[in-house]
This record gives sequence, structure tokens and C-alpha cells, in this order.
Amino acid sequence: MIIARRNSVTGTVLLVILMGVTLLPFVSMFTSALFPSGTYPLGISWPAHPQWGNFVQAFDVANMGAIFASSVSIVIGVVPVSVLIATLAGFALGHLRLRGGQIAFVLFVLGLTLPFEGVIVPLYYEIRDMDLLGSRWAIILPLIGLFMPFGVYWMRAHFISAPRELSEAARVDGATTWQLFWRVHVPLARPALASLAILLSVWTWNQFLLSLVLVDNPTNGTMAGALGAFQGEWGTNIPLLSAGSLLILTPTIILFVVFQRHFVTALLQGSLKG
Amino acid sequence: MTSAISPVRSIGESHLTAAPRALTKRRARGAQLRGWLFVIPALVAYAAFVLWPIFQTFRYSFYNWDGVDPAQWAGAQNYKTVFSNEQLIGVIGHAFELILFFSGIPVVLGLAVATVMRRFVTGRMSTVARTVLFLPQVVPLVAAGIAWSWMLSTTGVVDEVLSKVGLGSLAQSWLGGFNTALPAVGVIGAWVLLGLCTVLLYAGMTKVDPALYESAQLDGAGPFREFLAITLPALRQEVAVCVTVTVIAALSAFDIVYISTQGGPGDATMVPGLEIYQLAFYNRQVGLASALALVLMVLVIGCILPVQWFARRGAEQ
Repeated sequence: MIIARRNSVTGTVLLVILMGVTLLPFVSMFTSALFPSGTYPLGISWPAHPQWGNFVQAFDVANMGAIFASSVSIVIGVVPVSVLIATLAGFALGHLRLRGGQIAFVLFVLGLTLPFEGVIVPLYYEIRDMDLLGSRWAIILPLIGLFMPFGVYWMRAHFISAPRELSEAARVDGATTWQLFWRVHVPLARPALASLAILLSVWTWNQFLLSLVLVDNPTNGTMAGALGAFQGEWGTNIPLLSAGSLLILTPTIILFVVFQRHFVTALLQGSLKG
Repeated sequence: MTSAISPVRSIGESHLTAAPRALTKRRARGAQLRGWLFVIPALVAYAAFVLWPIFQTFRYSFYNWDGVDPAQWAGAQNYKTVFSNEQLIGVIGHAFELILFFSGIPVVLGLAVATVMRRFVTGRMSTVARTVLFLPQVVPLVAAGIAWSWMLSTTGVVDEVLSKVGLGSLAQSWLGGFNTALPAVGVIGAWVLLGLCTVLLYAGMTKVDPALYESAQLDGAGPFREFLAITLPALRQEVAVCVTVTVIAALSAFDIVYISTQGGPGDATMVPGLEIYQLAFYNRQVGLASALALVLMVLVIGCILPVQWFARRGAEQ
């Protein structure tokens, strides 16, 4: 009994230490954000006179309002379209018996491990030739394509286990393939769709490389891109940089805490399947 | 389809069978076509922004091109450079060194922590832990880079802690030293991936039948034997997933390095992703950048395939 209890304490302590290490960077950012702008805070310490105004100043210099609007519109441009066309393809490849469907599927799967750096150089010239450099389309269009391997893989995995009897019954009732898809299978796929939408939103929001290369004005880029630009400009002003970073992180963290169950399930399944 | 045909059949099956068969065939072809219509939008997006760029990367890699003037045919010269230039070989080496940190620490430490959690942590605590440990997965890597650059600087938390515990002589600018910069970048990556691996492995462990552990304990197996004989084999798939995800993250590391060191000091933390970016957009060596990009893509697949094969083989046994 005593040994068990001691072990249980060890386990809890270990876990608390791990959680502490995970949270440490955020705490460190928070305390240094409260020091006077331009000073060099030491480690984690509470300032004598917390400068809450740093957050206001960072909000203004980082142009937070515009960046937020830009990131949201990029997510709106990427996620619904990606989810829709990935679902269509996943349904066809997982549920209809397509001749050559296996080849198409393998083609998509090959893209699962692709590092974005592998295609960023030609993407730059492609987007330039489309005259879209610097606009939000420069991020939206490539991301839709880049999300297809995972999206199609994910939705196919769902549809392949969808009950066939349902489709057969619907066919007997005279449903077309299109009706079968919308009326029968999409409603059943709702949890898979929600998880996919969450994952793609997070990945879009946090996309850095495309924003860095294809958009030079942070107010047309993603949150991550804006954060990178902010660091480039204010990298030496630790309190202001910390305040700005925290502001940029706040929407994500709030959403994560509110929807944490969905997030964790989505990410777990996402990495297990991917 | 059947519903449309069956009434016809019931009228007079014998002399009408030929016609419906042709009809069925035509309908089947129609169904095939309609099925492909579902796939086409995704395929078009994928072809336009992934397959075509991959092909272009391949094509560029055989030219010398500054991105502006007409390109000059270079044959395999760019690939020769990638495999003979000491600096570029070093860059690829750094990617493999990062695997030690990005994959090694999260998988080993993750297994240890998950084992402890499974045995002793219950209900509410594990929910809280899952949420907290997942935080690094949700924030952008850029933010991780910013926070850790500051923590690893001479005035940061790491050095502060070291001097408090009497190891002040070790305190230094971790990301600024030639020997410490790459491991320091690796630690940032480990921080990002540790939570994901822990939670993933923990989720896998909760699926193992508790009766197995009970019978092992009855047989007198200690915690270590138990781990080797039951936990590890059952977690083959989860471990494979962790290794896959973290190896991809290590080989294609970009955001963290860009933010925390820009590849410096010197070339101490230069990685393939960042090198491609700099070669193409600063040195105007698009051909060489593309050759390196292609090598990187092949490397990633080359590292992932054996892991997947290993996991599959295990699943079949």
C-alpha cells in the first residue's frame, strides 16, 4: 500500500514537472511582457511596476486587427473548399468502386510526407506567373492543393468503413449517386468532417513558410507569418516582442481551451491515420 | 439501377435480357464516369499546386538559373554539388542530427511518462495533462521559436535556473555557441513534439487489456519486464506513428530554425529547408536549391518507408 502510494506520488510529480516544462515558455513570455518596453528582463521575475500598456502598444504596432482579419479570411478561403473537395474524392475513392481509383489514391498518399520546402520554389514562380504574389490567394490556392493528400486520405478512411447496406437501400429507392452522397453519407460523416475542418484550420492559421515566401505584407498573411515579421522588426525589444507574441497566440489558445476535447481527438486521430 | 430494370424483367424475361444487359453496361460506365467527377476537383487542386511543382522542381534541378535570365542546362551538376560540397553535406547531416532530438527525446521520454501516467494517474488529472501537453501542437512553431530563443539567451530562464542550482559556470548563450546551437534547436523541437507523443502513447496504452498486466504481475514480472513484454509490443503502431511524425518534422524543420538562429552561428544550425529557401531567394541559385529540394523529398520518403513497413509487418503478425 505504502509503496503504491509513493509510486503514485512519483507519477504525479513527474507529470507536473512535464506540464511545468510545457508551460514554462508561456509563463516566461508573460512575465517579460510586463517589463518596461526596451529593457532586458532577467529570467522569470515579476516586475516592480507591471506595464500592462505593453499589450496595447503591441496591438497597435503589430496591426493586430488587420492581421486577425487577414488570417480569418485565409482560413475561410481554404478550409470549406478543402473539406468539400476532399470529401467528394474520399467518398468516390472509399465507397464507389472506381476503376483506377487505387492509382489515384496512391498518388494522393505519396503527397502525405511531402515537406513544403520541396515545392516552395516552383510555387513562387507559379504564383508570380498567375500575378497573385502578395495577395491572400497566394496562400489560399496552394494550401488547398497541399492539404489534399491528408484530406483525401482522412475522408477515404471514413467512407471505407461506412455501411454499404445503406447505399444499396438508397439505390433501391432510386437515389442518384449525388443524392446518395449528400442525403445519406455526408450527414453520417459529420464527426470526421468536423475533425478535418479543425485540423486544417489550425494548420492554415499556423502556416509560416507560404506566408513568408509568397506574401511580403504581414496584413495579407497568416498569424504565424505576421508573428515572424513582428519578430524581425521587434526582435531586440523583449517585452514588446513577448506582449505581441502572446496577443497573436491568444485567439488560438482560447479556441483550443474551449474546444480542447475536439482538438485533442482530432489531432490524435489525425496523426494516427496520417 | 436495379429498381429501374426489374419491372421490365418481370414482364417478359426471356426475350428482353439482351437489352437490359447493354443498358446495365452503359449505366455502369456512366456510374464510373460520375464517380470520377467526384475525384476531379481534388485531383485538379493537387495536380496544380503539388504534382506540377514537384515536376518543376525536378526540371529546375537540371539547370543553372538565377530566376531572371534564361536558364542554362547543367546536367547532373547540381546533384554532384549537393553530394560533394562540404557545406551542403553538413546541412543534410544537421537534419539527421535533429532526428536524435526531435524523435529520440519525445519517443523515449514519452514512453516513460506515459507508462507512469497509465499506472498512477487517474481521471481528471489525465484530462488536464492531455490539454496542457497538447498546447505546443496548437501554437505556431514560430511562437515556440520566439519563446525559446528568449529562454535560451544569456538573460533567459535556462541560465537563471542553472546558476540557481550552482551550475552557473555552464550558463551561456545556447543558441549562439557553435557547439550548443544545434542541440538547443533540437531541444525546442523536442519540446514541441514531446506532448504529442506522450498523449499518443498514453492513448495506446489505455487500449491494452488490463488482464494482461494482471497476469504478468501474478507471474511476478516487475514494472520493467511488464513494459518490455506487454506495453512495447502492443504499442508498435503508436510508436511507428510517433517516429513517422517526428522524423518528418526533423528532416523538414524550417520555422523553428528560421526564427531562433537563421541557420547560424556560421552554418552550425543550417538545415535543408532553410538552405533551399536561402539558395533560391537570396543566392539566386534556383537549380541548386531545386536539386537539394528533391534530395530532401527522397530522404523523407526513404526514412519513412522502413518505419511504415516495420509497423505493417508487426500488425500482420
